[in-house]
Amino acid sequence: MEAHSSEVFVIGLTVFFLACIIGYYVVWSVTPALHSPLMGVTNAISSVIIVGAILAAGPQGFDTSKIFGLIGVVLASVNIFGGFLVTYRMLSMFKKKTKKTKEKD
Amino acid sequence: MSSNMVAILYLISALLFIFALRGLSHPESSRMGNIFGIIGMIIAVFTTLMFKSVLSYYEIGAAILIGGAIGSFIALRIEMTALPQLVAAFHSLVGLAAVFVAAAAFYDPVAFSIGKVGSIKTASLVEMSIGTFIGAITFSGSVLAFGKLQGTISGKPIVFKFQHLINAIIFLLIIFLIVLFVINQSPTIFWTIVIVSILLGFLVVIPIGGADMPVVVSMLNSYSGWAACGIGFTLSNNLLIITGALVGASGAILSYIMSKGMNRSIINVVLGGFGGEQDSSASKDNSDKIVKQGNAEDAAYIMKNADSVIIVPGYGMAVAQAQHALREMGDILKKEGIEVRYAIHPVAGRMPGHMNVLLAEANVPYEEVLELDEINHDFPMTEVSFVIGANDVTNPAAKTDESSPIFGMPILDVEKSQSVLFVKRSMATGYSGVDNELFYRDNTTMLFGDAKKMCEDIVKSLSA
Repeated sequence: MEAHSSEVFVIGLTVFFLACIIGYYVVWSVTPALHSPLMGVTNAISSVIIVGAILAAGPQGFDTSKIFGLIGVVLASVNIFGGFLVTYRMLSMFKKKTKKTKEKD
Repeated sequence: MSSNMVAILYLISALLFIFALRGLSHPESSRMGNIFGIIGMIIAVFTTLMFKSVLSYYEIGAAILIGGAIGSFIALRIEMTALPQLVAAFHSLVGLAAVFVAAAAFYDPVAFSIGKVGSIKTASLVEMSIGTFIGAITFSGSVLAFGKLQGTISGKPIVFKFQHLINAIIFLLIIFLIVLFVINQSPTIFWTIVIVSILLGFLVVIPIGGADMPVVVSMLNSYSGWAACGIGFTLSNNLLIITGALVGASGAILSYIMSKGMNRSIINVVLGGFGGEQDSSASKDNSDKIVKQGNAEDAAYIMKNADSVIIVPGYGMAVAQAQHALREMGDILKKEGIEVRYAIHPVAGRMPGHMNVLLAEANVPYEEVLELDEINHDFPMTEVSFVIGANDVTNPAAKTDESSPIFGMPILDVEKSQSVLFVKRSMATGYSGVDNELFYRDNTTMLFGDAKKMCEDIVKSLSA
């Protein structure tokens, strides 16, 4: 992706503010009971930063940048798997309880 | 793959992330939302792997497997009571990853098309250093929050002279360093920014007490989003910008909700010094007042003869691991035809929504679990309030006593119910250090003991 500095920056800024507004409305619609899963999901998706880490780790050979990239991939993967899985665990507890089937555990 | 194709796939991925959050508006749609999030992430990762410049599939694959295995292992084993620590730990990783990605971009700008070593574009340098700064703060702040939540570090706020002045000076120093970095692009300055930012992250969280952690965890959630945004701007990547903004907004809103639940401004929480163990000398001397004490059988008798019971769980309930015994108690009462509901205060746990998860884990149906504004007007029509492991969130002083540190905090109106049962270990004050006048009222019965043991004993008496 080529970058024509100022133009690209303005596009990024536009996207940024629109995304903030979407985020604002979407998050207020989240039911308070699910605020913990919300943190789990946001935690997982913020690791989309892995995209940058993959680009850095991409080239062949080994240099500083590649090592940093690979470390970034490991860290972000911990979060992606961990974040989605722990959210999955939380959400599966919020299943509608079918009457009296789980009386004793 | 053409750059248009890439942009479209990234857009799809961003939309799926928005749907993932949207799904959380209801428990029934939430699991689908989580799946949207996972699909979005898979699309983002594979799209990036298709780039021409990305060739080392084995190394990247191995890195994903290692990280994924560690993440899965932790996520599957973690106790739900330890959720806040886990989230704090995860935030620290996002922050650290942001620092590494920024460093990688600095050392190999060609791979990110932002210039050449030594002549990186100014805008990219600014964005890169801001991303690094926020990432590093998120990292160290989260590590400290993790320590405080886990108990490895004392939850007491650590306050010292000129704290805020020192932080302000460090912040100015970082701005100065960033300017310097943009001018001469020196690696030494880059790493100095990282180290000083890490220091600032520690200093920012250090004065904040254990009970204020819900706000801190939410705030770090927000920071981790802004860090992703910073990197997104550096790489001119809209997916990162959108996702970062979503996460940033989410964390900011949660921090706002949490501080409102304590009737304090975010600034006040951030400046810190509140919470932790405080001497209760400020509270009025109540030693001459009489407290009505009861035992499990009394409690069982009172509740058995009621029509409606509202259970008010607090963090103490979670600490005592009493949620399963509590649910069992609720089940027996329901079988007797008594209406049982749960009232959750916004700051009942150690992170937003924590108490709801703990109750859900104990198989309490979510329809029975209500938020403060949903249930507060029902207390006058309720016969028994069963308060377990909560204190400050029921204290009427928040409404009447202007000199009280918790004045103005929204509380659950348990005092309006016909009788109140208080399960507590001792007469100790809550974390705010304020005495609760409810303890001395005629219609209050204190049940002293461990929350779990008390619930089990009540269950025994109820089934006897």
